[in-house]
Formats: sequence, C-alpha cells, structure tokens
Amino acid sequence: MEAHELAQAAKYIGAGLAAIGIGFAGIGVGTLFGQFLNGALRNPGAADGQFGRLIFGFAVTEALGIFALLIALLLLFAI
Amino acid sequence: MASEAGAAINPIGQFSLWPIVPIHIAGYDFSLTNSSLTMLIAVVLACALMAIGAGGGKGIPSRLQALAEMSYEFVAGMVRSATGEAGMRFFPLVFSIFIFVLVCNLVGLIPYSFTVTSHIVVTAALALLVFFTVVIVGVKEHGLRFFKLFVPSGVPIYLLPLVAAIEVLSFLTRPLSHSVRLFANMLAGHITLNVFGGFVVMLLGAGVGLKALAVLPFAMTIGIYALELLVAFLQAYVFAVLTCMYLNDALHPDGH
Repeated sequence: MEAHELAQAAKYIGAGLAAIGIGFAGIGVGTLFGQFLNGALRNPGAADGQFGRLIFGFAVTEALGIFALLIALLLLFAI
Repeated sequence: MASEAGAAINPIGQFSLWPIVPIHIAGYDFSLTNSSLTMLIAVVLACALMAIGAGGGKGIPSRLQALAEMSYEFVAGMVRSATGEAGMRFFPLVFSIFIFVLVCNLVGLIPYSFTVTSHIVVTAALALLVFFTVVIVGVKEHGLRFFKLFVPSGVPIYLLPLVAAIEVLSFLTRPLSHSVRLFANMLAGHITLNVFGGFVVMLLGAGVGLKALAVLPFAMTIGIYALELLVAFLQAYVFAVLTCMYLNDALHPDGH
C-alpha cells in the first residue's frame, strides 16, 4: 500500500472513531432533559421559568457533540 | 473522498468562496465575495426590518412592529437577567450580534444561498470581538481587580495556584468554544442537508425500481430542514446569551 492510500485509510478510521464521541453528547442531553422533566413533574409551576436555562444547557451540551463531529468532518474533507 | 470520482457526493463544495467584484488594494485582496455579499444582504434586511418595524409607534402594533418590539424585549430581557441594569449599555452590541447571527443563519437556509456563519473566520471574528471587549472593558473599569475573576472565593490557600491556573486557561479558551460552537453547528447542518439532497438525486438517477425510494431521503431532508430552522434560532440565542455572560464577568469580576 503506498503512503497516500495508507494515510487516507487512517483518516477514514480516525473519522469513524471521532464520530463515536457524539454518542456521549447524546447521554448528556438525555440526562439534562430527564432531570428537567423530573423536576417539572414535581413542581410544574416553576418549570416554565427555567425553560430558558434548559435550552441554553442543551445548546452547550450539544456543542461538545458537534465538536466531535467537526473533528470527523475535518479528517474526511479538510486534512 | 471528494477528490476521486466526480459523481461522488461533495458536501464541502457549497462552502467555497469566490469573488464577485475583484478589488485588490496594495497587493491585498478586498474582493466582494459571495460571503461578503450575503453579509451585506443580511445587514440590509435586518436594518430594513427594524427601521420599518420601529417607525410606526401605533398603539395597536402592526405585525412588523410587533416583531421588532418582541425581538427588542427578548434581547433586553436576556441582557438584564445576565448583567443587571448596568449591563444595558452593552445592549446595542448584544442586539446587533444576535440579529446579525440570526439573520445570517436564516439567509443561509434559503436554497442556493450562502451561509456566512459556516466559516470559522466569521464566527471567530465575532467571538474575538466579544473577548477583547470583555478584557478591555474589565481592565478599564476595575483595573487590577479584574483579575479577581480568576480567584474564586472560598478556595483553600494550598489549592489557589492550581485553581487560578485552571480558571485562566478556561477563560482563554472561551473565544475558541464560543466561535466553534456556532461554526460547527452551521457546518454540520448544511453538510447534512447537502448529503441527503444528494441521496435524493442519486436515487432518482438510479434504476427504475429505486426511483420510488427517493421519497425517503426527501422526507428526511424536510425533517432536517425543520431542525436546521430550530438550530438557527437556538445558536443565535446561545451566542448572544454567552456574550451577555462574558460581559457580566467584565462588569462584575467579584461575582464569582
């Protein structure tokens, strides 16, 4: 196998490994919404007031998963 | 992958920049590109909406006036809750950033247009603007007391060097995460839309039996388009909220 093909194959494997990290972000987002629903079912009156914080927390947690996807995309298309 | 057969899916080609009006001054390239043209269109659109919306002042607002007033109140509430009343002097900055990011994200969703915020240089420029505003305003207002930001209260003295080093490091990576969050969300969203659109075209161009299957990626594209509309609003909101929180650190460094 020449060096260029080996590098290309390594990039594909690396992209696949990097994409696994997105699953961990899924765990975080699920935990976040689960805890919110848990609290909202105990205290429904306070739920609407905290909705903004929920959405903000979701976005910053999702961002970490998107960072992992970015590494995968960089390996596939940019480097 | 993209450099092989020409018929392969190339989702990165949609982000390429090309000059529309070439302008070269002293060897530097100041050309009007598709990115800068889209930014100009976004700014003109936002200014027109706000100017027409805010120009009425009727007791019973028209729809555009209600839109302008609602967006004003939304961002004003965000700034007040994050920074208090003292932070309202940054309201024009936060409102401009929010509306610019939002309109650029939404204009990018128009088919065949260009997504300005899907380039790291644009989001990094905005994030560095916020970062340097925070540092300069913080040092100007509080002098050396600004660095109390890195020394949280209630930390035992033997842990203080470690905690301070970690705080400084996390402060310096703020513009990185701030910019990459918006950039990566827009990039990933548009690549996904492009790939599913490519699936539709590929299935339509395949054999007779596969043409009917093209409905599936088409339905997926519609679903992902709805998701991208949500992400456009969400990422603009998160960018603006984080800007407010970082500005609060500049105004009240002993809030930690």
